[in-house]
Amino acid sequence: MNAPTKTPNASGWKPGTPVEGDKAMSGPDTATGNRALMLEEPLLFEIGHSETTGVDFDFAAKPDLAGVEQPSPPTPAPTSRLGSFERSEPIGLVGLTEPETVRHYTRLSRQNYAIDLGLFPLGSCTMKHNPRLNEKVARMPGFADVHPLQPVDTVRGALEVINELAFWLIHLTGMHGVAMSPKAGAHGELCGILCIRAALEARGDARKVILVPESAHGTNPATAAFAGYEIEDIPANSDGRVDLDALKSRLGPDVAGVMITNPSTLGLFERDLKAISDAVHEVGGFVYCDGANFNAIVGKVRPGDLGVDAMHINLHKTFSTPHGGGGPGSGPVVLSEALSPFAPLPYTSRTKDGVVHLVEEEDADSFSEEHFGGRMQHFGRMTAFHGQMGMFTRALSYILSHGADGLRQVAEDAVLNANYILRSLEDVLDAPFAHSGPCMHEALFSDKGFAEGMSTLDLAKGLIDEGYHPMTMYFPLVVHGAMLVEPTETESKAALDQFILALRSVAERAKAGDETLKTAPFYAPRRRLDETQAARKPVLAYKEQSAPAGTPVASEVGGR
Amino acid sequence: MRYLPLTDTDRSAMLAKIGASDIDALFVDVPEEARLSGPIEGLPMHASEMAVEKHMRRLSKKNLAAADAAFFLGAGAYKHHVPASVDHIIQRGEFLTAYTPYQPEIAQGTLQMLFEFQTQVARLYGCAVANASMYDGSTACWEAVAMASRIARGKKRKVVLSGALHPHYAEVVRTMAKFTDDEIAGALPSLTAKPDDDGLIARIDGDTSCVVVQYPDILGRLPDIAKIAEAAHEQGALVIAVNTEPVALGAVKSPGELGADIVVGEGQSIGVGLQFGGPYLGLFAVRDEKYVRMMPGRLCGETVDAEGKRGFVLTLSTREQHIRREKATSNICTNSGLCALAFSVHMTLLGEKGLRQLAMENHRLACIAADRLAKVSGVEVLNDSFFNEFTVLLGGDARQIVRKLTKQDVLAGVSLGRLFPGNEALANGLLVAVTETTTEEDIETLASALEEVLA
Repeated sequence: MNAPTKTPNASGWKPGTPVEGDKAMSGPDTATGNRALMLEEPLLFEIGHSETTGVDFDFAAKPDLAGVEQPSPPTPAPTSRLGSFERSEPIGLVGLTEPETVRHYTRLSRQNYAIDLGLFPLGSCTMKHNPRLNEKVARMPGFADVHPLQPVDTVRGALEVINELAFWLIHLTGMHGVAMSPKAGAHGELCGILCIRAALEARGDARKVILVPESAHGTNPATAAFAGYEIEDIPANSDGRVDLDALKSRLGPDVAGVMITNPSTLGLFERDLKAISDAVHEVGGFVYCDGANFNAIVGKVRPGDLGVDAMHINLHKTFSTPHGGGGPGSGPVVLSEALSPFAPLPYTSRTKDGVVHLVEEEDADSFSEEHFGGRMQHFGRMTAFHGQMGMFTRALSYILSHGADGLRQVAEDAVLNANYILRSLEDVLDAPFAHSGPCMHEALFSDKGFAEGMSTLDLAKGLIDEGYHPMTMYFPLVVHGAMLVEPTETESKAALDQFILALRSVAERAKAGDETLKTAPFYAPRRRLDETQAARKPVLAYKEQSAPAGTPVASEVGGR
Repeated sequence: MRYLPLTDTDRSAMLAKIGASDIDALFVDVPEEARLSGPIEGLPMHASEMAVEKHMRRLSKKNLAAADAAFFLGAGAYKHHVPASVDHIIQRGEFLTAYTPYQPEIAQGTLQMLFEFQTQVARLYGCAVANASMYDGSTACWEAVAMASRIARGKKRKVVLSGALHPHYAEVVRTMAKFTDDEIAGALPSLTAKPDDDGLIARIDGDTSCVVVQYPDILGRLPDIAKIAEAAHEQGALVIAVNTEPVALGAVKSPGELGADIVVGEGQSIGVGLQFGGPYLGLFAVRDEKYVRMMPGRLCGETVDAEGKRGFVLTLSTREQHIRREKATSNICTNSGLCALAFSVHMTLLGEKGLRQLAMENHRLACIAADRLAKVSGVEVLNDSFFNEFTVLLGGDARQIVRKLTKQDVLAGVSLGRLFPGNEALANGLLVAVTETTTEEDIETLASALEEVLA
């Protein structure tokens, strides 16, 4: 009944194991190593030259507005002020002209999978469509071309963007304040934990332990350790949620707080979060919520109503700023009334006259006196300048586009899409928590039922041949061979149906013990890469000297 | 809603497939008393692309863009010309909308780019290995201090900061050290023509894990890293060199060549743009490969695939939080991937020749500016050495003067009063940065404006 009615591969053909000398499958070798649109690209240092540049400078003569060169007498060369520091030896860089540069990077780009190409089901990473309006807005000169230390009267609009986004984040989460400067999720976590530590120290009650469930993202324990805390595990109950009774029995005067991801990395809502918060507060601790999965509940429930004291929001997840192949992110932290006074500098604040102020080291104390009755006692500064402005403009555009109604729809569609995947595949893939009820924005499967020797990795690589980026693998750690699938709300039903078809097919092969999966992928720009060799003998930079100009390079002589 | 592909018919069919009566049946685990019954009150509803663009444009116009002023700000963020092709390439969806390259078979584009980026940064810094980027220069600086503490295995706790380190960077180090038991020895910059290298050296002792020195420093001067490194190494301390203007390294010797052990900095100048302070690009490199396994952040390495073809992967990840959890070298996960791409593309366009030309053009114009400003009555140029940024002492509170000049669309520089508030001795100092985007006409505008205001 779950079988697709329409299949793009009716004959049931599957990739075979290439046999030595069997060219029927893979076709003949080519002289260049390229295969039609699958193009090899040498390293920059193999094609560039030290004497080549793609940038021209106007030295003596400057073109006027009409584009006509006007000879202007060059100012006599001034005396160098570099002294003995002036460089004499070459740096070892190479350059390309503009056409070569554009081609080099365009060819590289085609070796990447991306959301723009297809569904990108990385659980907990939230690979949703990145609206192009956001890119346009971020490039408006008033945002892209302003310096962080300009006099504040020349950047009022930038401060208003920060403040307007802060307003939305506070209202969407039902919290009291927000620290905007953290640069990414992990930096936001650190900010939240440091607020907790500062609040505890302010009342002379330094504590030692932070409780973190085993299912947490690795940044949670790393962050708490960085802030000087000992990490202890929070036990889980049989349906994967925090075991409230076990947690309560561990709480005590040495516990600074708990770090809980909600919805959790298992894709489940922590039903007892309010009770957890109450119990933690009762013993004087604080509740940190990892907000990586806020996209599942935005507009549906406010973390502030569940007793959360601090939560970072990954603007690059919930609010669609692009992941960019690994950043930049942005991790504002919303804070409860108890923690808000400890937020780091700088911050923005709108006073009754409507003016948005930038509060930095200089006026932090006086501003606190004047507007907050002296309650603000920041713990310091986490970064130079004011945070990820380029992400703020994008996130605000996204939020304004959706509005309160659209954001609620985002959460509903994200959850609907994930449950659709869960229920369409649970007959073929083991879904360890499917019995406990609906999932949130991501569906979790395990490798139970795979044939002997078949792994989650094999399934993932098989999915690559089907034209998909694999799901998150082996995370969370609490599920054997975990596969965490997050479709997001920006996928159509048709896109989901095709993905389900592909995953079903690969899952069936894994269960049947199809050996070809062990050597997948076959159709990607590279076959499986040797990660052991990479780690054993690390080669982390190109070591050769670059060739002198005029030397033919690999691509020119047809080398592979 | 233009970003949501599901239709109501789809939603009904999918709910039927799931076996749920309505969407709220999927939110059954949210306690009923916490469930919101409708859109959050007091917030606007969805808006058209046109309306959002209009709203954002209105906010954008309240800012004075650097290109619309005679512009001389630096202090860790510099205005350079970024070639059009850089923005074109970073907006290709295959780069823009890709994730961290955890599946290397379908992420060779990002991985090869990172390998090239690491090589470019390592060569620029005179180092053996650079990582795949950090958030920005200030957080990279703190991570370097934390790494030096790890190398000292907690036996040395003192971190000596040069007084001429960017005050925001110093503040980040101080903030983080409050939580890690490192003892931070800071100072204020002295307004002297040469950096106080001897004073810095005198503060290094046997309990020092590292000494942090900025090059060029916050006042634009060039400290003698070789001399500082020699003294630090004698005491068994590491030298962390901080660079906030990578273009400078086209004109001066690299910190690695001069003996710095860890070189970190801000990469924003190359490819990234001002963006009101972020996102920027943290650069992180070590001179000696022996420290690689102590480094924070992602590293991309070369390997081969099952057919023997060269390929690239993220490697040495046993240092990182997703494997090592609380024992990781850093909690960093997301870094500045797309800014690293922008840097790498711009650096590729420049190449050795272009970077050196760019550097010399910056220096030439900065020298012209210094010479011209020195002729203004009431202006004294402090620096003996500088690259594209120098300090002038004005006959009055520089901060007030800067504010006054904005009315004539002159952004005169960063006052030391803004950077070091509450230090009367520094109040008359003004940092002036000059790049290839500065024209001689701009310099004349600044000089005349100062002449007028100081008269």
